Amino acid sequence: MRRFTLIAVPYLWLLAFFLIPFAIVLKISLSDVALARPPYMPQLDLSAGWEGLRSFLADLDFENFTFLTTDDLYWKAYLSSLRIAAISTALTLLVGFPIAYGMARAAPEWRPTLLMLVILPFWTSFLIRVYSWMGILSTEGLLNQFLLGLGVISEPLAIMNTNKAVYIGIVYTYLPFMILPIYAALEKMDDSLLEAAEDLGCSRLSAFWLITAPLSKGGVIAGCFLVFIPALGEFVIPSLLGGSETLMIGKVLFEEFFTNLDWPVASAVAVILLLILIVPIILFQRNQQKAREAEQ
Amino acid sequence: MKRFTWFNATSLTFGFAFLYLPMLILVIYSFNESRLVTVWAGFSTQWYGTLLQNEEFLGAAWVTAKVAFFSSCMATVLGTMAAYVLVRANRFPGRTLFSGMIYAPLVMPEVITGLSLLLLFIGIGLERGILTVVLAHTTFAMCYVSVVVSSRLVAFDRSLEEAALDLGCSPFEAFRLVTLPIIAPAVISGWLLAFTLSLDDLVIASFTTGPGATTLPIKVFSAVRLGVSPEINALSTLLIAIVAVGVITASLISKRAAVAQARDEQAAVRSE
Repeated sequence: MRRFTLIAVPYLWLLAFFLIPFAIVLKISLSDVALARPPYMPQLDLSAGWEGLRSFLADLDFENFTFLTTDDLYWKAYLSSLRIAAISTALTLLVGFPIAYGMARAAPEWRPTLLMLVILPFWTSFLIRVYSWMGILSTEGLLNQFLLGLGVISEPLAIMNTNKAVYIGIVYTYLPFMILPIYAALEKMDDSLLEAAEDLGCSRLSAFWLITAPLSKGGVIAGCFLVFIPALGEFVIPSLLGGSETLMIGKVLFEEFFTNLDWPVASAVAVILLLILIVPIILFQRNQQKAREAEQ
Repeated sequence: MKRFTWFNATSLTFGFAFLYLPMLILVIYSFNESRLVTVWAGFSTQWYGTLLQNEEFLGAAWVTAKVAFFSSCMATVLGTMAAYVLVRANRFPGRTLFSGMIYAPLVMPEVITGLSLLLLFIGIGLERGILTVVLAHTTFAMCYVSVVVSSRLVAFDRSLEEAALDLGCSPFEAFRLVTLPIIAPAVISGWLLAFTLSLDDLVIASFTTGPGATTLPIKVFSAVRLGVSPEINALSTLLIAIVAVGVITASLISKRAAVAQARDEQAAVRSE
């Protein structure tokens, strides 16, 4: 009896506040605009039995999804989100790997402090970390003042309100997600392997490629997924740092919902975003599973 | 032997400069006298004064604190239960679905979670306000709590619990007297994580809140969209300071607990 309660309480909570809401999104994405306006009375009449179920299914259609294909705003937004997420993930890896590498090579007594310094920004408000770049990147911002003062540039760089600012924002806020798994992989590495490689005539660079790179692969893959997946649906960063050229699906969904009040289309946008994300999420879980098995 | 080269030193220096300089600049400019955030005009704490008189921000901060407190407490209870079920109950109907529902919210884009919860609240006719935000935050935070707690439970020696049961404890007593004290650090850090996640959340709160229950991130977001302002810098500095003090205190406490535990274990080994 106790066991039953223990399982039932969190189970029912997640069913009620996680799974059923998704079923509602799916249902509304398949409904006509007129029927999908609040107050959304459930149109499934269970007392009518099979007949009720059949008429419920007959009412559903793919109208909203067809609409998404007719307006090129949507598929452009999906493509552009994929591109922005992929480029930022690559940039985050480029910035994050040397940091993780340096941490794993630091003296053991320093490592907990370095680890703490990487985690600390993660606890600090995401919104504030994005905001901190607004003052730096703007035309009269500190970066331009600094570069103009040095004489490196003669005209202020236009970074704010472009995709470049979005890349910087994503790299900055998601950097800990990249550093931590790579550090975990590199820290476990046995250094005698590198010494053996060098004894056998490898140069430092080829030892890195032949030994360090393959051994850190699991961490690199995990880090890339941890950046790519949330970056794809990002809303805050493109809204604050991006400009009119920045098209991201999270922002489109938010505006479709709050500005255009078109709930069925917003739901259809959400369903497709989820379908796009299912592949990387499954790949990520497989990678984690493999890492766990390798440890045992 | 680990080789620490100039390459490692440079990448660490640049890496940590990149992580901390933007926030440092924000903190410095919160003490700027000028209203223009890009021009330094001398040291002043006036923006903290205007911030502390800003009723809107104070009200939103109070709403956020209430939401974070209630949702993190509920998320800790539910998340610990879920972790216990995941680690201890091997087989029950729908176990795969259950573990899927625990992990899915961690990777779900916030816009989708927010949208789906809003549609649920409207569907069941629940008026939007503090309660709906608490329910939404509890749901996603409990998943983080259960991940943190279950990693501790996996490492936990089950025979201790069995010994307590053999010595006549009821299952609940065994949990309260043996399991809970051992997993307590994970439960506490789960609570802290849930609290911070709730304080920080903008997107899900925007979807699930109603008039009169504006949280601080929503307030900050709408202010920030108009541009950089010294009040927001001051507010950010206060929040950064609170988080830094909180995290450092928590890590000192857990370090001390680890030292005490190691000492106890040594003493136990010696007395055998």
